[in-house]
Amino acid sequence: MDDVTTGEPLIVLDAVNKWFGPLHVLDDVSLSVGRGEVVVVIGPSGSGKSTLCRAINRLEPINSGTITFDGQPLPAEGKPLAKLRSEVGMVFQSFNLFAHKTILENVTLGPIKVRKEKPTAARERGLALLDRVGIANQADKFPAQLSGGQQQRAAIARALAMQPKAMLFDEPTSALDPEMVGEVLDVMTSLASDGMTMVVVTHEMGFARHAANRVIFMADGQLVEDAPPAEFFANPRSERARDFLSKILTH
Amino acid sequence: MNVLIDKFDVFAGGFWLTLQICILAAIGALVLGAIVAVLRISPVPPLRAVGTSYVNVFRNMPLTVVMFFAAFGLPALGSNADFLRIPVLDSLFTRLGTDLPYFRFALIALVLYTAAFVCEALRSGVNAVPAGQAEAARSLGLTFGQNLRYVVLPQSWKASIVPLGSVIIAMIKNSALVGFFGVVGDLSATADQLTSAEGYAFVPVAIGISLGYLIMTVPLGALLDRIEKRQAVAR
Repeated sequence: MDDVTTGEPLIVLDAVNKWFGPLHVLDDVSLSVGRGEVVVVIGPSGSGKSTLCRAINRLEPINSGTITFDGQPLPAEGKPLAKLRSEVGMVFQSFNLFAHKTILENVTLGPIKVRKEKPTAARERGLALLDRVGIANQADKFPAQLSGGQQQRAAIARALAMQPKAMLFDEPTSALDPEMVGEVLDVMTSLASDGMTMVVVTHEMGFARHAANRVIFMADGQLVEDAPPAEFFANPRSERARDFLSKILTH
Repeated sequence: MNVLIDKFDVFAGGFWLTLQICILAAIGALVLGAIVAVLRISPVPPLRAVGTSYVNVFRNMPLTVVMFFAAFGLPALGSNADFLRIPVLDSLFTRLGTDLPYFRFALIALVLYTAAFVCEALRSGVNAVPAGQAEAARSLGLTFGQNLRYVVLPQSWKASIVPLGSVIIAMIKNSALVGFFGVVGDLSATADQLTSAEGYAFVPVAIGISLGYLIMTVPLGALLDRIEKRQAVAR
């Protein structure tokens, strides 16, 4: 994949620190993500990668440092923060589809209530998005009636319905049965090749290898390595990354 | 047991007044409790503090003390309680307009006290909704109010309704106190009138009064059981 970065970066973290009580979960993390760039974040559990991902749309407030999105520092609370979040799609490990709404209602809620789109237009676009992720025939079912893979694809469609400038994925395949991982990764790969800016926390090394522009390796709250995937997997510079890769790649 | 037949009109009158008090107090407590619950889960710390203090004060104070404050403190603001007149309600519930202001004072005490418990019942329902639901709504850019309205509350009421029903049943029984704070002629004050003023034996009168409360509380409890069963099936 070529370097698609143009102009100023879309997401910039500068010297970000966060503590959970005594635990220093983000330790002086600085990172910038260019427009159209796909950044995969990997690392052992507890390394802070999910927190990093969630900090970008302020689901986790940070203790110090700055996070800028599209040139603007993250607002503290209220309407400006809601507006920022509407421009950043988020996909969770546990899908978090609205349990009392149909798949199509899940996808259209944001456009109708946040963007004030006409319900008919939102439904039309929602159906097109569900078609794109391959579950248009499930539009009128409730989340609990779908398989995990279908639910996660619906969650991706829900995030895309807001026409976000970037997408955050917080371990999107970790809660899935193995045979369903592929269908979700396929959707993510197609998004990546369409030029969506993505930050993906994952354990899927295959995805990191073929879809990422950069791989970030985190350990103990620190950003340890930041390299193109070919370079990172062939030649990790740090001892911790070598150790991590040897543990996951030998099986 | 003749007293139950001879004085049926007295019992019926007491029942009717208690029912009025309970309907008004339930409406008031549900509205106020919902407001306090929204404060308690709000993202704004000062609002949260207001909601939490409210619950701490009124949940932990005996109802009798709240009644004392209402009956002896509120008259300081105007002993005829004109400041509490609500035009349309006054004509619907005649006792609001004509009676001594104690009816309104007692009502306020009952509402303030019960609202704290209503708040907690509503909040337990909200807490039963997985945190991820609200996180997903926030990620889409829904505001706090939209999040509650479209995502959290439609899922939380099912978990709230049974504890809420218990709170209302408790409130109906608590309303028995109003007779001791100046309200004339509610169901439990009927006992006092019939036994000490008119000399009837206490036990038959107490049975009559108990029946009056049971007529209000038992159907409510049965309704809650049905709702709970239907939920269990849906799950």
